[in-house]
Amino acid sequence: MTSTPALAPSHGTRAESANAVRRIVGELARRRRRRTFAVLSVLSGLVLALAWLTLSWGGNAAAVLDYAATLTGGGEGIGDFRIGTLRLPRLLLGALVGASFGIAGALFQSVLGNPLASPDVLGVNGGGSFAAAFAIIALGLTGPVVGLAAFLGASAVATAIYLLAWRGGVAGYRFVLIGVGIAFAINAGIGYLLTRSAENDVRSALVWMVGSIGTPRWEQVAILAAIVGALLPLVVAVRRRLLVLQLGDDLAGGLGARVEPARLTVLTVAVALAAGATAFAGPVAFVAFVSAPIARRLLPGATPAISASALVGVLVVLGAEFAGQHFLPGLEVPVGIITGAVGAPYLLWLLATGDAQERSA
Amino acid sequence: MTQTLRPATAPAPARTLRARVLWLGIAAGVLALVIAASLALGARDVPLAVVLESLTTPVPGDNDHQVVLQQRLPRTLVGLLVGAALGVAGALMQGITRNPLADPGLLGVNAGASLFVVLAISILGVTAPAGYIWFAFAGGALATVVVYGVAALGRGGATPVKLALAGMAITAGATSLLTLVLLTNTTALSTYRFWAVGSLAGRGAGGTADTIAALAPFLLVGGLLAFACTRWLNLLAMGDELARGLGVNVARARGLSMLAAVLLAGSATAIAGPIAFVGLVVPHLIRPLTGPDYRWILSFALVLGPALLVAADVIGRLIAQPGELEAGLVVALLGAPVMIAIVRRAKVSGL
Repeated sequence: MTSTPALAPSHGTRAESANAVRRIVGELARRRRRRTFAVLSVLSGLVLALAWLTLSWGGNAAAVLDYAATLTGGGEGIGDFRIGTLRLPRLLLGALVGASFGIAGALFQSVLGNPLASPDVLGVNGGGSFAAAFAIIALGLTGPVVGLAAFLGASAVATAIYLLAWRGGVAGYRFVLIGVGIAFAINAGIGYLLTRSAENDVRSALVWMVGSIGTPRWEQVAILAAIVGALLPLVVAVRRRLLVLQLGDDLAGGLGARVEPARLTVLTVAVALAAGATAFAGPVAFVAFVSAPIARRLLPGATPAISASALVGVLVVLGAEFAGQHFLPGLEVPVGIITGAVGAPYLLWLLATGDAQERSA
Repeated sequence: MTQTLRPATAPAPARTLRARVLWLGIAAGVLALVIAASLALGARDVPLAVVLESLTTPVPGDNDHQVVLQQRLPRTLVGLLVGAALGVAGALMQGITRNPLADPGLLGVNAGASLFVVLAISILGVTAPAGYIWFAFAGGALATVVVYGVAALGRGGATPVKLALAGMAITAGATSLLTLVLLTNTTALSTYRFWAVGSLAGRGAGGTADTIAALAPFLLVGGLLAFACTRWLNLLAMGDELARGLGVNVARARGLSMLAAVLLAGSATAIAGPIAFVGLVVPHLIRPLTGPDYRWILSFALVLGPALLVAADVIGRLIAQPGELEAGLVVALLGAPVMIAIVRRAKVSGL
């Protein structure tokens, strides 16, 4: 193959053409950085706008400002209850849940190299659902214990998938197929529970399984914040390994990466995030699945797009919360019912209008 | 893109013709055993001789004959048709999307069918299972049309990744709406939860024959179309560019294959409700036996899909006496360990 004309000036030395190449590569990298910055800024702006809207909806702008003033020592305390006790914790928990699922989905899909391989498709969230439904229907439990059961269920399923996929190493391919197999079995188990129990139990289990933020107390927000805060440095740390893993096992191993520990670390972090969020909000449907594909389409090539996935996750959850509270008068709709309806059309629109230079993960 | 979707395992070796025919014979033998078991076993065991007698010279009023002819024969037939349709549709889907996770539900068939059934119950007040058939079929077909339309609109056409993502996105959106209706409408919840567990029994409330007759044309056309598409699927498996270079109209090949898949999967869902797993696992069971040739994969799917589903139905009747477990539940609960064993034991053949 001859050299591309655009990169090789007709009269010029070898050094000049090398410089030209360097300039073009530098320019491309700059453009990508600019685009990343722009996308992240817009997403952050949207999150802030949505947060303001959620807090101040219904003529509460003054109360929000007053509450903000209270935090810095001033204020008259008129926003204390409505904003400080009801809306703010709910908003923060929603944001934490969205970010956790968004990141977990991005990590799963990247490390397993399959855009369908999110924790909700592979049965990790399903494990949480089944454990919670079992706790509610068969054991008659309510309250935080159900969340704990969900956390244990999700972690147990993830561990089971990893162990079953282990055969002198875990190929991403094997992990994904076994995960889907387990997801089907778990769905059958849930179907069994739902057809063999009283309708009231079925209803409360369904509400829990669909995912809802409800009205959390500050302690709950604090616990999830602590979990996410502890995991974030790990996410940053594994990000680099993820880029190497994406080269494929053989190439990554050839470059000296220790593939197996890297994959285990990434998966553990992702499962911890998904299970933690599930414990507080239920397995909110499809946030983990849609966030990363949307983020990757906004930032082509910048896999695994973790920050953008997190922000998209926050937007999906907060947007669904907002829609669920205000769009159907007289009916407070659990967030997990809307997340699919909020994220899915946007993903479809991106697919229909986007360019073909996509990557599978 | 296709590179990352493809597993790092070597494709299964092509088998010799004799080995394939031998395996097909064994599979047919298994299917015959399963059918015999399905006719003979249950809450009231009927000796095989009596089963044969009831088929050849039925005696009206004989209890055993009654059970075989009016209960077991219809559900066995339903199992054969639904199993074959799901198995073939699953193999088609995995070929179209070149994704080993693809199953007939992936392109939104199950989600669209479920949403329409729930809307039929809640808005139109349809409560007889016989009334669900056309809603389920229309919902599944519509969802798939949307999925294919969305994927085909963007630049580059309907690539495997876009199809898979669009299918899951439709599933996500439809599931959201579906759950919303279920939580606000008690009748819908109490009826739907039983439909949502796929089963071979009691579908069409005594009108099983009518249901099958109504959908038979779709199954037949879907099946013929599927086999007509196998040559294209074999070429598509080598990647879009190579297939195009060999003279395949990629868009038309993929579109027609999808049409076949939706005719088969939509009919199956309309007859028996959403049954997961058969379509996913049957192609994976088959590939180690046949290699990557879709002509053989589909032929095996015609035999092993029914064998798997009818066997699940028989087991469901036996393990939960005096009641029974729906085939849809059994096939997933027992199928998962089988699938895990396959995935662990063999190198899963590439797509």
